[in-house]
Amino acid sequence: MSTKVRRVYGYLAEFKNASQLYKAAEKVRDAGFKKWDCYTPYPVHGLDDAMGVKRSVLPYFVFFGGLTGFLTAIALAYTTQVGLYPTVVQGKPANIFTTAAFFPVMFELTILFSGFTVLFGLLALMGLPRWNHPIFASKQFARVTDDKFFIAIEARDAKFSAESTKALLAEIGGDNIELVEDDSE
Amino acid sequence: MAEATTQSENNTNGIKIPVLQREELILNKRSYHWITERICGVVEGRQPFLWWILFIPSALIALVGVVGGLTYLVSTGVGVWGNTNRVMWGWPIVNFVFWIGIGHAGTLISAILFLTRQNWRTSINRAAEAMTIFAVMCAGIFPAFHVGRVWMAWFLAPIPNSNAIWQNFKSPLLWDVFAVSTYFTVSLIFWFLGMVPDLATIRDRCKPGIRKFMYGIFSLGWRGGNRQWSHYEMAYLLLAALSTPLVLSVHSVVSFDFATSVVPGWHTTIFPPYFVAGAIFGGFAMVLTIMIPARALYGLHDMITMKHIDNMAKIILLTGTIVGYAYLMELFIAFYSGAKYEGAAFLFRIDGPYWWAYYCMMGLNVLSPQIFWFKKCRENLWVVMAVAMCVNIGMWFERFVIIVTTLARMWLPGDWKTYSPSGVDVLTFVGTIGMFLALFLLFLRFLPCINIAEVKWTLKESDAHDEDKKAHPDDGIEVIEAYQYELHENPEGSAREAGIKIEKSTAES
Repeated sequence: MSTKVRRVYGYLAEFKNASQLYKAAEKVRDAGFKKWDCYTPYPVHGLDDAMGVKRSVLPYFVFFGGLTGFLTAIALAYTTQVGLYPTVVQGKPANIFTTAAFFPVMFELTILFSGFTVLFGLLALMGLPRWNHPIFASKQFARVTDDKFFIAIEARDAKFSAESTKALLAEIGGDNIELVEDDSE
Repeated sequence: MAEATTQSENNTNGIKIPVLQREELILNKRSYHWITERICGVVEGRQPFLWWILFIPSALIALVGVVGGLTYLVSTGVGVWGNTNRVMWGWPIVNFVFWIGIGHAGTLISAILFLTRQNWRTSINRAAEAMTIFAVMCAGIFPAFHVGRVWMAWFLAPIPNSNAIWQNFKSPLLWDVFAVSTYFTVSLIFWFLGMVPDLATIRDRCKPGIRKFMYGIFSLGWRGGNRQWSHYEMAYLLLAALSTPLVLSVHSVVSFDFATSVVPGWHTTIFPPYFVAGAIFGGFAMVLTIMIPARALYGLHDMITMKHIDNMAKIILLTGTIVGYAYLMELFIAFYSGAKYEGAAFLFRIDGPYWWAYYCMMGLNVLSPQIFWFKKCRENLWVVMAVAMCVNIGMWFERFVIIVTTLARMWLPGDWKTYSPSGVDVLTFVGTIGMFLALFLLFLRFLPCINIAEVKWTLKESDAHDEDKKAHPDDGIEVIEAYQYELHENPEGSAREAGIKIEKSTAES
């Protein structure tokens, strides 16, 4: 007989609307929690400040992604056009002075590499794709992509305690407070 | 709605300044759940009979025209197209420029209107972006096969071939390869990332099974946590900022194909802005052409309101007038520059054997949108549809005029030829129209056609800082039934009337 060990993920509490969630988020932040999140059907503006979430670092990634694209284009254009195979068409040479003709390719590759950096940088920052998150064990959580607002405080957080965290969520107006447990063994 | 009914809220000295009531983006005070039901309902329910009526012929036309026509072309040779020596670009490049232009409206709506904080875009951006993707797919077919031996199309890419020959980076045709492929890739990323939260919505509503599995895979395990939204919003902003110059560059580069050649009628500096304005113009016409029927088919009247259509009609009026200005300026410069070849090229357009194409272009593109100066015309869907169709046809003729009339009459009289397309030309072009419609119908069938998360965000109660704007009670299913009842009883959309009434009563109280 095997014994199933269920790991506690944390508490999930529902809030009535965006403004209630906002106020509750400020209180959870001030209580000093770190590993928690607000779940909403759409991006609620201002919630970053209420949660104490810093501005995304994605733009820095994208800057270097774009720079890589730009340098790639320069390398590609000069290596092939000036170095490897200078094509002289209609008497137009290919050298450092014909740089203007390479602008379109430089521009497009800058955008292309930036676009890919946005895609992969975003996925990396969000930790996606991840199809097996423990929070999906909650039945009521399926409504988060429809019209419900939730706060989940994770058990990993140093301040987490089975009683006081639950009491806090109830105090700040949380309904349907649920202990979410991981299904995995 | 015209009277000043509300008071401005944000003034510190206590004086209430009357301001004009803003028109609601979503009518009838719909709840979040209603929006979810409505949009997901399109994907989850059985398709209306009309969907099949439209899809089967479109798919057949695509099969015969694109698959059949191109198979015949590849097995026989590119000579089955009507391209001749001198008019070497012919219909394929006309169609390429036509389709690539269509896509621009999608990117304008998703990127430029996002940066300029035009919240009305949220109801139409998803479908318009889908339109961009499909239009660029249609466009890509033509240059790929126009190279003659399609299995050599990889020569377009900067890869060294067995003779160690590299592409000419000073050629606008190579720029085009980079511009169009970048445009397609970035548009696809934008479209897909924008769809992830909505795919998660469908995932969460599905019963376990193959559908849930597929939507689950493509929604990447989205959870809607604010730590995700925070990065996501930034990514969306970045993509909008990247796409804005990109979309302007794509049609500029397409216009370089013409403008950098020393050909009378093409060699003008006005081409890039003129092409970009024309592309947005033609693209918005196509958005209206496909959105008005889709809106009626699925009863999306509360989300794609008359305000959206009104705004799009105004953009058509604006860009159509810019295009008209470009046409006239071309003529004026041809005269004023004193360049006799330039003058002759334009006289040939007006007075030559293709005069009918020129007047089609002028009439359909410049004159027909002018009707949108009148509000009554912007409010009548039949008029809007008629103008959109005129613009679709007119913009195709614009490319025909630019390409065919110019190439048919270049420098040497010995080169002068008239051009007519072959049957295979027509078949392939009609095939791409079928392909475009079939893909769009599949999109409506399988993917959320309106941006669910962003539409919810535009609702008043979504603002977390306003105490008075409480969330509405959940009015889910019953409201949908009542709404469908309304639609059947009063197809003119009593819903809209009701919206205005609610608006007025709240203002009075």
